[in-house]
Amino acid sequence: MRYLTEFRDGATAQRLAAEIRRLTTRPWAIMEVCGGQTHSILRNGIDQILPPEIELIHGPGCPVCVTPVEQIDRALAIAARPEVTFCSFGDMLRVPGSGKDLFRVKSEGGDVRTVYSPLDAVNLARERPDRQVVFFGLGFETTAPANAMAVHLAKQQGLANFSMLVSHVLVPPAIEAILTAPQNRVQAFLAAGHVCSIMGTWQYPPLAERFHVPIVVTGFEPLDVLEGIRRTVQLLEAGEARVENAYERVVTAAGNQPAQKLLAEVFEVTDRAWRGIGVIPASGWRLSAAYRDFDAEVRFDTGAIQAQESPLCRSGEVLRGVLKPSRCPAFGKECTPRTPLGATMVSSEGACAAYYNYGRFLTAETSAP
Amino acid sequence: MIDPLTWSCPLPLRDYPNVVLGHGGGGRLSADLVEHLFVPAFASTALARLGDAAVLPAPAGRLAFSTDSYVVHPLFFPGGSIGELAVHGTVNDLAMMGARPLYLSAAFILEEGLPLQTLGAIVDRMAAAAREAGVAITTGDTKVVDKGHGHGCYITTAGVGVLADGLDIGPDRARPGDVVLISGTLGDHGMAVMSVREGLEFGTRLESDTAPLAHLVATLLAATPGVHVLRDPTRGGLASSLNEIAHTSRVGITLEETALPVRPEVQAACDLLGMDPLYVANEGKLTAIVAPEAAEAALEALRGHPLGKDAAIIGRVTAEHPGLLVAKTAIGGHRVVPLQMGEQLPRIC
Repeated sequence: MRYLTEFRDGATAQRLAAEIRRLTTRPWAIMEVCGGQTHSILRNGIDQILPPEIELIHGPGCPVCVTPVEQIDRALAIAARPEVTFCSFGDMLRVPGSGKDLFRVKSEGGDVRTVYSPLDAVNLARERPDRQVVFFGLGFETTAPANAMAVHLAKQQGLANFSMLVSHVLVPPAIEAILTAPQNRVQAFLAAGHVCSIMGTWQYPPLAERFHVPIVVTGFEPLDVLEGIRRTVQLLEAGEARVENAYERVVTAAGNQPAQKLLAEVFEVTDRAWRGIGVIPASGWRLSAAYRDFDAEVRFDTGAIQAQESPLCRSGEVLRGVLKPSRCPAFGKECTPRTPLGATMVSSEGACAAYYNYGRFLTAETSAP
Repeated sequence: MIDPLTWSCPLPLRDYPNVVLGHGGGGRLSADLVEHLFVPAFASTALARLGDAAVLPAPAGRLAFSTDSYVVHPLFFPGGSIGELAVHGTVNDLAMMGARPLYLSAAFILEEGLPLQTLGAIVDRMAAAAREAGVAITTGDTKVVDKGHGHGCYITTAGVGVLADGLDIGPDRARPGDVVLISGTLGDHGMAVMSVREGLEFGTRLESDTAPLAHLVATLLAATPGVHVLRDPTRGGLASSLNEIAHTSRVGITLEETALPVRPEVQAACDLLGMDPLYVANEGKLTAIVAPEAAEAALEALRGHPLGKDAAIIGRVTAEHPGLLVAKTAIGGHRVVPLQMGEQLPRIC
């Protein structure tokens, strides 16, 4: 089986879209939680082959978008220290904090490096005992096991010059926060396949039951997303609020047990601020007491961080699905991908950047002769 | 093929196994480099006269003139080196105007401590690339910077080529209805360099496509007079080249995503890193925008050349959405393919 090309087949996609059209009798608002799915929807134009009744709301599942300004400011302050080699995944380098981004710190002489795995940062710490190597550990449950493993190995190897700036966030509390918001419009969720490959699906039935929303776990290829939407619409039309797994080739109910065990050892649940949304109780992970020595926030005194979020930016409402990006007064005026006021305009899969790019095309289409 | 490990240094240069500041000082050591390395390798009579400037016969007609700097790291990568790139890059820039490349200059900025063996291998590869492209390296310069102030070796080349009468190729000449072609697979160079630079293993060897395109362009131009635009999609990939053309010509361009030739191993590496082959660099490919009636002849001409055997028709120029590049996706949707802010960054998830 070719795991990628088979799930990108155009004819099968059209058949699934036709089936969704056949099932749909009324408007439905479905949120895909994960940034990877948002990316796939935009990259493949999945929303364009769906019936107009189906509205996809891009959720707060892009780690780049939801990492709070304070934490980015903290990263900038640590990265600028002369003794620090600061390692990060590539797409965090361009996310603005209050004043600048990591690229700017690098240009000012900071030792900022892109790595492809937190283990690369651990290796670097072993090779360079003269440097304080800090890894920016962020993201959802998907990226957490590798980060946990990195800290675990650093402790095992006694690497006193390694630490992690942790900004992990969790999907189920975010879903709960969206559903309890007063203006909530979301009627069903596509849950993120990669998150569930680690955590399993067992966290979701209580949410589905309590808020009476269908939740369908699915993947990232066009056919995965379409099959997830088809099964969601089926549940919505039947009035059934259940959790279904449309990504069985990867996800099991129990998830990856060794990973969950490691996560429970290295991390503990904490309140986290989400950029644009605010603090959600018990919505993230920080290093547990046994690993606190490896916490960069503890190791480096960054002083009081006074984060400045643009007063014009309404990305929080966008992330909750309450405000369409194009309805934001700053959209396309003060705020463009070149001069982003919030992270949803920075990340290529941020809802605002997506609307900006696609919206230009739609405007051009309608004004064409 | 010259291997940096087995390259043997011509005598006098053996006094110093590595580049020292004196190699850029204009004295005896500089002269040794010129006399024993550059002159024999580049084998150009104009260069061998060692004047302050090369004196060259002036061709009739119009000249194309271009320059580019090369800072690739690592200096050697699967399928090529900074030496081939420094020749191919400038030769290809000339070729994209329809010019026949004639002469190159080569300026080296060397970091103190660079093994002469490495420099020798780079120079030999440049010489071989110039011979293959039919261009002479006729003048040059060498400077040495303190250790830690460079990345081993930077090269700047400038090139002069001659244009046939009546030829008018440029990024402002795309017209609605024109057909967009690509001469082969996308993203090979960028992913090959990334695989060695970042130590990524994809279970298969990715190779750079670096190649001189002047002969391919000559073949294309001989086959049809309907070529409007030529571009080599290097940094920023095909997406950036076509965005620039759409902007300059004030037209829209629509790509058929299913028609884009991408090697499965390059696609897999891109998928792994969350990158898009449309934005990954190529060093031996051209995109041609041709009049609709010229499309078939152009495709046949490209495919008849070894460097164009995987050529394909990939899209159309349109009067709609001027300034925008739009891709029709495999599942029948559309997406805007925007110009990126800077370099493409691997995504977290």
